Amino acid sequence: MKALMFGWEFPPHILGGLGTASYGLTKGMALQDDMEITFVIPKPHGDEDQSFLKIIGACNVPVVWKENDWNYVNNRIGSMMDPDEYFRLRDGIKYDFRRIYTNDLGCIGFSGRYPDNLIEEISNYEAVASVLAHQLDFDIIHSHDWLTYPAGVFAKQISRKPLVIHVHATDFDRSRGQVNPTVYAIEKRGMDMADHIMTVSNLTRKIVIEKYHQDPRKVTTVHNAVEPLSEIESFHKTPRKDKVVTFLGRITMQKGPEYFVEAAYSVLQKTKDVRFVMAGSGDMMNAMIDLAAKRGIADRFHFTGFLKGRQVHEMLAESDVYIMPSVSEPFGISPLEAMQVGTPSIISKQSGCAEILTHAIKTDYWDIDAMADAIYSIVKNPAMFKSLSKLGLEEVNNIKWQDAGLKVRKIYESVM
Amino acid sequence: MRNICFYFQIHLPFLLKRYRFFEIGQDHYYYDDFQTEDRIRNVVEQSYLTANRTISEMIRSSNGKFRCAFTISGLTLEQLEHYAPEVIDSFKELAKTGSVEFLAEPYAHSLSSVFDAEEFERQVKMQADKIEALFGKRPTALFNAELIYSDEIGELVSKMGYKTMMIDEAKHIMGWKSPNYVYSHSYIPKLKLLVRNHKLSDDIAFRFSRMSLTAENYISWISSLPPEEKVINLGMGYEVLGITQPAHTGIFEFMKALPYHAMEQKMDFVLPSEITKKSESAGPLSVPHPMSWVGNDKDLTPWTGNDLQQEALNKLYAVGQRVRMCTDKPLLLDWLILQSTDHFRYMSHKDPHGTHYESAYEAFMNYMNVLADFLERVDAQYPTTIENEELNELLTTINHQEKEIENLENEVKRLKARKTKKEE
Repeated sequence: MKALMFGWEFPPHILGGLGTASYGLTKGMALQDDMEITFVIPKPHGDEDQSFLKIIGACNVPVVWKENDWNYVNNRIGSMMDPDEYFRLRDGIKYDFRRIYTNDLGCIGFSGRYPDNLIEEISNYEAVASVLAHQLDFDIIHSHDWLTYPAGVFAKQISRKPLVIHVHATDFDRSRGQVNPTVYAIEKRGMDMADHIMTVSNLTRKIVIEKYHQDPRKVTTVHNAVEPLSEIESFHKTPRKDKVVTFLGRITMQKGPEYFVEAAYSVLQKTKDVRFVMAGSGDMMNAMIDLAAKRGIADRFHFTGFLKGRQVHEMLAESDVYIMPSVSEPFGISPLEAMQVGTPSIISKQSGCAEILTHAIKTDYWDIDAMADAIYSIVKNPAMFKSLSKLGLEEVNNIKWQDAGLKVRKIYESVM
Repeated sequence: MRNICFYFQIHLPFLLKRYRFFEIGQDHYYYDDFQTEDRIRNVVEQSYLTANRTISEMIRSSNGKFRCAFTISGLTLEQLEHYAPEVIDSFKELAKTGSVEFLAEPYAHSLSSVFDAEEFERQVKMQADKIEALFGKRPTALFNAELIYSDEIGELVSKMGYKTMMIDEAKHIMGWKSPNYVYSHSYIPKLKLLVRNHKLSDDIAFRFSRMSLTAENYISWISSLPPEEKVINLGMGYEVLGITQPAHTGIFEFMKALPYHAMEQKMDFVLPSEITKKSESAGPLSVPHPMSWVGNDKDLTPWTGNDLQQEALNKLYAVGQRVRMCTDKPLLLDWLILQSTDHFRYMSHKDPHGTHYESAYEAFMNYMNVLADFLERVDAQYPTTIENEELNELLTTINHQEKEIENLENEVKRLKARKTKKEE
């Protein structure tokens, strides 16, 4: 089976959870013998792992016919794409996209990030999809998140192949209900046009059904999984006098950082041997620094700023508790990453991953008392730490992308 | 003649309230009275009252031939006295018929038989006192909480003077043996063991409505057993009558019809204490490791199987000796309640039967917060820096000081008297 996937991020250059999930899922699906995946992203960097799929950069696909010779093309984009493929794709230009600014090869420049002109980039991506839909050979189209829905829909209209969309988040999660109408319109149209919708949790599935008015029969949950961590032995806990409780993520409204500060305050009333770490950055960071100072716990409350790559896992491994008090989290992969390095997790019931985890403490995001109680219990009771750490690790090692891949495969087959 | 031995178990948990860590040291009341009472009223109304009426009617209509035994934990008796005294009254009525026997068990429905032998002994004695006070007769047979048994526990029980103990039919113990004989302790022949017939008990307890069982069929199954198998032990929770098998399934009518069909087939109902007098042991049973009546493996894992449970139990029983030296009444009551098996069952990941917690971790967190407060109170009574033995000596000295002073005073008087005599 050949799948044409539209994504926005792919490791190692990622900005959020979408890239990680795209990588894990495709890698898990590639274990199926007859699965061929072509993954389109706006702007590859050339160092992506292509061992199990083929990556096409939208920025290397011609949408406007330009006369160029083979050597010139090879010179320009040879490192990213076979020039022969460039010429084959060029034959797929069926529409006049000269209104879009293109370079000497007839390609569009993409940032591959989340720029201010995001809506324009999304529609440019759609243009690229039309060329690919004409020239590539595939059985099904799979779009990851709203940025790629228009591309998927256009490809479906051209190729008449079924479209499945993968909802990694909705605007309701990102905005706490204050949805952007333009974004909503793009999401809604994508869902309406899709033959099937996959959501990363039942929580998201419910939003899709209730807020986007989708037929429940068309919506299936495929929970995310987590990639096994390489060099797991290289992470360890340094023995220290104080216990470390960590919040790690964007410090934004969606992640509920203020509840963490309040819980920290509550714990510190009772015991002094705990330190709290808020790792990450975001628009609420300064407010949180203020809040910690106002509560008089700044001596035990630390900010690290943005962490990336290995630092993330190191921070998680050094912690005694990981906490994710998200107000709304479609899935939330970081608790699983914490559990991989043996760190107990406290997660909000409003997180998708709560649906599949048993050996994690679940509280309502607003229930500061419950959260504080859980923190206290883990740092004070070695048995609690040990149980959560040991059984959590076992549990998370059994959450495999391969299984998610099989579910996706079933959905493909059901719509073909 | 074949004998049927019925016994029912009653234990109701004291539910802990939501107790957060910041309440440690502030709040010394640990119980959710509303929920506890609600559960009790529910089971009393749906089961116990009707069941007691049914049993009483069975005894009357069979001219006292129908007989059965009850084991009710001391804490539950206290709860019933408090929340549903009419149930106590109706048990007293049953006791008067002479067809009903009350068994001994650890007062707090605790795991003390495994973790703290001294505590076990104390609780069994408390229970026997309570039973005697309420129902006028001291028990001679013992039904350990959760039917926990091992050779070691059997030895303890025998030393306390009990002659009969109930155990469950477990494959790894019985092997090819039939439960329908009286057995004895592996090396103390005078302690008789009654083995609960697992299949026939569960036919009533769990399969009754599904199989649309009739009393006639049921008795005919028993009578079709080999004639030399003389004792059928049927043990179950009392709430089977009315809750596990609700009234509309016809469970009460089934029970009422049992004595008639049994007598037709020339079967007798006997009490545990009678049967062991009547029958000889068919042989010893060896149980080196503790067993229970729960799960497929019939071991202790539902209460002690994971790290959380181990930790909680170790912390609790570490202070056993110390608590027994205390005299603070509320503290001693809390000590009992905190030992009930229920708390540890709720901490099981696999089988948290009857739990009201969302997860084993929550059960553990809540319990440990309560326990932390409790331990602080124990510490406040006598600081833990003093060793138990030293404390014991000090206490003995303090308790005996009056006598000592009296003795010395007498001596002084005597000497003075002698002195004055001499001077004269």
